[in-house]
Amino acid sequence: MRSEPAIAVDQLVKIYNATRAVDGISFALEPGSITGLLGGNGAGKTTTLAMLLGLVTPTSGSIKVLGAAMPRERYRVLHKMNFESPYVDLPHRLSVRENLKVFGRLYAVPDLADRIVSLAEQLDLTELLDRPVGKLSAGQKTRVALAKALINSPQVLLLDEPTASLDPDTADWVRGRLEQFRKEHDATVLLASHNMAEVERLCERVIIMKRGQIEDDDAPARLLIRYGRDTLEQVFLDVARGRAPAREAAQ
Amino acid sequence: MILPSADAIALAPHRVAAMVLRYLYLLRSSWTRLLELIYWPAVQLFVWGFLQFYLSQNSGFFARASGVFIAAVLMWDILFRGQLGFSVSFLEEMWSRNLSNVMITPLRPMEFVVALMIMSLIRLAIGVIPVTLLAIAFFGFNLYALGLALVAFFINLILTSWAVGIVVAGVLLRNGMGAESLAWTLMFVLMPLTCVYYPVSVLPHWLQLIAWALPPTYVFEGMRALMMEHAFRADLMAEAFALNAAYIGVSALVFLALLNSARRVGSLLQTGE
Repeated sequence: MRSEPAIAVDQLVKIYNATRAVDGISFALEPGSITGLLGGNGAGKTTTLAMLLGLVTPTSGSIKVLGAAMPRERYRVLHKMNFESPYVDLPHRLSVRENLKVFGRLYAVPDLADRIVSLAEQLDLTELLDRPVGKLSAGQKTRVALAKALINSPQVLLLDEPTASLDPDTADWVRGRLEQFRKEHDATVLLASHNMAEVERLCERVIIMKRGQIEDDDAPARLLIRYGRDTLEQVFLDVARGRAPAREAAQ
Repeated sequence: MILPSADAIALAPHRVAAMVLRYLYLLRSSWTRLLELIYWPAVQLFVWGFLQFYLSQNSGFFARASGVFIAAVLMWDILFRGQLGFSVSFLEEMWSRNLSNVMITPLRPMEFVVALMIMSLIRLAIGVIPVTLLAIAFFGFNLYALGLALVAFFINLILTSWAVGIVVAGVLLRNGMGAESLAWTLMFVLMPLTCVYYPVSVLPHWLQLIAWALPPTYVFEGMRALMMEHAFRADLMAEAFALNAAYIGVSALVFLALLNSARRVGSLLQTGE
């Protein structure tokens, strides 16, 4: 018997003024899966994540997260979700520990002091716990943001370009931690990214968006075969520039 | 009429406490923020205190009305600083680009509002209590001598300040930082209308109708009645309280409507200008 999807999106539309930011997308994510949401600037990735989080109300369509209809039933599931983006800051004047305490209390995390110590060890933040977030480097801030996103051991984790502006070494380290978290907690992860290497390494499924619509949706290996390409970056460029998959072109 | 959902008005003390803790950490981390809380109330006190002192030496009326200006200054500060304490705490989330992080937690809108109310009281206590002590030391005026009347005045003033603060927070959520100036200036629209330093009777008749629709007008009239005629006007306080109850209810509905609108137009994602 198949389990209920962790995230189920059906005919989702978001219109800002006259712009269709998201235009009738549908997908379902299995519990414990890790999926990449690919697309160029303005493809609708961030708006999609925001609707999943209840930050933006859809114009039409439906969203279910862990069985709760969003945004109407958001308070049934927000404590089981979390989000990380380099474009959202944590308060700079608060120390790492203070930030984690505040968010831990908002999520009602049990044994919070122990949880903070354990997360700090996992994310190499122990030495930084009492430093103000504003005094940290970009890589350190990303690790703190990740600690915030994992503080409640979310069942659904949404990430918006989690390794943007990080050097390759730190980015690789962050990906390793995300993989580890997903395996240990059987969490469902949806990752919006421009970084094809990241998506290729982490994701078992890729949803490619363009102008608010889903252009393709498959496992990375199958996408490579279908487009006759060696890398996801080439597939992405094919989609972005409107080139049909190789198999369809041959037909 | 759209009624708020049960979720929107639910209250969990641990989440309210978490937000209060967040703002206390911030205050503790910045001595400039603490100094700022005391600086302007103290400047106001000295300007109006010395003016009152000068006038009372040169006019029998002001000699009789000893302390009225100083009491008015201190009570205006309760009204203005109460709203500012509420609004600035809210603005801290926008200044630090942390609002999206907060809005995706299980924190309910009314829990956020209650945390801001508590912070308004804390910031008010830090800013105004030292200034009331300065008033005793420099001008021999003891605000606390007003006794229970002061409690009635305070409750009514703080309720009005919260009602204004709640609406300002809603406008900021909906319109972003472009509306920030409202937080600093909106209360000054009420200053001439609520008759802080003069009786309502000096206003033109049509303006008096507006003045009596504002709860602080009743407080300032009540304060003058107490200090000049030694009469506590319970009727004025009751009317102010009734108006405040209505305004708080309306402001909460306006806040929830603006929050829903912010979710529709996507402004919770873009909290810049």
